[in-house]
Amino acid sequence: MKESVSFRLNGKPIRLEVDSDRTLLWVLRTELGLTGTKYGCGESLCGACTVVVGKEAVRSCRLPVKVVRGKEVTTIEGLEKDGKLHPLQEAFADTGGLQCGFCTPGMIMNAYALLLKNPKPTRGQIQAGMEDNLCRCAAHHRIVEAIERASHVAGGK
Amino acid sequence: MEDDSFDLAGRSHRSGGSSLLRRDFIRLLGGGIIVLFNTDLSELLGQESRTRGYPTDFNAFLRIAGDGRVTIYSGKIEMGQGIVTSLAQMAAEELGVSLDSIDMVLGDTGLCPFDAGTYGSMSTRFFGPPLRGAAAEAKAVLLTLASERLGAPVESLRAEEGVVFLASDRTKRVTFGALANGQKIVRKLEGKAVTKSVADFRVMGRAEKRRDARAKVTGKAQFTGDIRLPGMLYATILRPPAHGAALKSVDTSAAAKLPGVVVVHEGGMVAVLHEDPEAAGKALALVKAEFDVPPPPFDDRTVFAHLQSVAGTGEEREKKGDLAEGEKASASLFTGEYRNGYGAHAAMETHTALARFEDGTMTVWASTQTPFPNQQAIAQALGIARESVRVITPFVGGGFGGKSGGGLQAIEAAKLAKATGRPVQVSWSRAEEFFLDSFRPAAVVKVRSGIDGGGKVCLWDYQVYAAGSRSSEQFYDVPHNLIRSYGRWGADTPKMHLFATGPWRAPGANINVFARESQIDTMAAKARIDPLEFRLNNTSDRRMRAVLEAVAAKFGWKKGAGPSGRGVGVACGIDAGTYVALMAEAKTDAATGSVKVIRLVAAQDMGFVVNPDGARMQMEGCLMMGLGYALSEEVRFSGGRILTKSFDTYELPRFSGMPALETVLVKNDELAPQGGGEPALVPVGAVLANAIFDATGARLFEMPITAGRVKEALAAARKPA
Repeated sequence: MKESVSFRLNGKPIRLEVDSDRTLLWVLRTELGLTGTKYGCGESLCGACTVVVGKEAVRSCRLPVKVVRGKEVTTIEGLEKDGKLHPLQEAFADTGGLQCGFCTPGMIMNAYALLLKNPKPTRGQIQAGMEDNLCRCAAHHRIVEAIERASHVAGGK
Repeated sequence: MEDDSFDLAGRSHRSGGSSLLRRDFIRLLGGGIIVLFNTDLSELLGQESRTRGYPTDFNAFLRIAGDGRVTIYSGKIEMGQGIVTSLAQMAAEELGVSLDSIDMVLGDTGLCPFDAGTYGSMSTRFFGPPLRGAAAEAKAVLLTLASERLGAPVESLRAEEGVVFLASDRTKRVTFGALANGQKIVRKLEGKAVTKSVADFRVMGRAEKRRDARAKVTGKAQFTGDIRLPGMLYATILRPPAHGAALKSVDTSAAAKLPGVVVVHEGGMVAVLHEDPEAAGKALALVKAEFDVPPPPFDDRTVFAHLQSVAGTGEEREKKGDLAEGEKASASLFTGEYRNGYGAHAAMETHTALARFEDGTMTVWASTQTPFPNQQAIAQALGIARESVRVITPFVGGGFGGKSGGGLQAIEAAKLAKATGRPVQVSWSRAEEFFLDSFRPAAVVKVRSGIDGGGKVCLWDYQVYAAGSRSSEQFYDVPHNLIRSYGRWGADTPKMHLFATGPWRAPGANINVFARESQIDTMAAKARIDPLEFRLNNTSDRRMRAVLEAVAAKFGWKKGAGPSGRGVGVACGIDAGTYVALMAEAKTDAATGSVKVIRLVAAQDMGFVVNPDGARMQMEGCLMMGLGYALSEEVRFSGGRILTKSFDTYELPRFSGMPALETVLVKNDELAPQGGGEPALVPVGAVLANAIFDATGARLFEMPITAGRVKEALAAARKPA
């Protein structure tokens, strides 16, 4: 059944008439046309669908949209400000922390939440924090390097 | 989306027919300077192009437009391997333009000439030289035009950054755009053009950042599933519980009652569609279906015996000397049987396609490594002319060989678009991906070998089943050598496998190198010779010696016969023209059987390196991905039933498993660029097996080397012989 769901998305208030049991992932990708957030497994196992709700990285593929009512949702599309890339985006591009690019939005959003909570993580903390995000091209080393680099630049801000 | 198509440069193009003769290409392109070239070595291009209605004498071209932009048109695709950067570097080098002024139009059967597909680490090796030639040819045309325009002889001119100028007076200049504007010059590259020598390279050989990085870090890069068309439906398709199962009965009435649901039951396919993919999925769950599932003839444990029983008579791939002589000369004989189960590609992007049938033309956007073969397959499946099918390939979210198959998802989308009259997207779920993937075939290798009293290998009797012989070529100096391949990959019969099999990053090479390098290690240990020294003693191949010495220097290899208890290993191989040697340090927990890789070092001779950063990126990806096939990735099945359905049981390498990685590019600039996308992956299984042996004295014969198998091997090693 359709009902009204309001939340903040990438800094702007938004109001939708949707079946509130639908997952945030597919509401983002269809209703809102924000396709940066990817479907990878639909079971919270790969992290391609990671977005940030409040300060938490969450798997949008299993999250009913009603859960984000009244909350702040940030997706990959929300990181770039006035044409300027977020330090994490800069760092992923500069270090080559991506190959095919499909897991990249989820990786960056997971790292974004990681740095919100811990602006200066150790290498071990980065590895632990990224553990459940999968990258089949196996760009792991450069992804960790990118997160380290971004943390030095801005502490995640 | 308003535009009816787009390319990797993000620009739109009008749609058109699919099979294009030369004049059609030229008309489509408008003016400028166009150089046609052929990147294919084989006769295949001519034959296949002809049957497909494409030009037979070229399969790629380069165009310089009136605005000075340079565009490369090719049926290759970008799936993360970085050709949008490395190919552009090559063209920029020869033309004398900035990298930024080059666009790529890839994998569009409506705009690009025929290309067989993107696989086999071939793009740089085989595309590179003619692309450079075409760029050099285009530059020659520009210089001739500039000579007329500036009233100066060609020899007095230079070209840089898209401008031709007088070497003696830089103010006398004309841009490429001005020269190309209003022209309609078409050249065909014949034979070899004169290209720059290594000493003159400015762009090639320079580490360049990925040109697709910005689009990919902002979420703007479009993959097939990201394209949305007005009125589009998402399809979910009924799948059998097992391969080989037959549908007995189906009842779609409950699903059909849900609002917005469209049911298609046609030609054996039962699909449920909806504008919301999750609603489609929920409706599919209401479909009642009964299947007859045949009893399982074999499973993931008994498959190895099965493969040997059906493999038939083998083919001799290499023969030298006489095995009986080799046996006589041997002081010690060794036998080993090595196994590898089925492997999944598990790209993060599942197979996806979007199809639209309009005005008699079927346009299909597909995540594929083979757009042209897909075009053919779609036309055949729909019974329409190939000219009426256009396949467009957006960014591909990983392929690894898995998207070079029959284009099933593209066919499904096309059929459903035709049946419903609406654009249809098919995006396989992860479980469908594991069910329908064309797995790397399970394989067995049997080796019988011998060494003489001095530690020289004098016998090599090698038989590979189901994997093919790639990378089994002998580079050790063995006088009595026989390599046989049974039921080679790509020629398999239905009775060999119960489900689709296909190329998986370096097809067959991973098991072949695992077998060879494990066997070599066993012989070195028996001879009480350091495994590196044993290899060097047994090969006079200069490139192999160079990579072995380079990796040892970087690793800081300390001499010692195995098992030394240190947990270090060495392995080497040749793949796609590239030589690679690895060294590893790994810790093995005897109680749990778990293996922690501490350090992996690779030295690679890949000829001239076009983009060193890109090459290292590929090497690192190979090493890290290799940990998966070596240690954890395994498809479990019982008959046609696939038991591995997602990432909880198919374990990909993770951040916690990251070893320290070091890569060495062994300089060999005199040799043309060789393959880079696969070689470093090939010895990973072997180097880890050898490191585990060095630590524990236990030999692992089956990949993946799971904790359970390590414990079994440890128990076997403890038993008195």
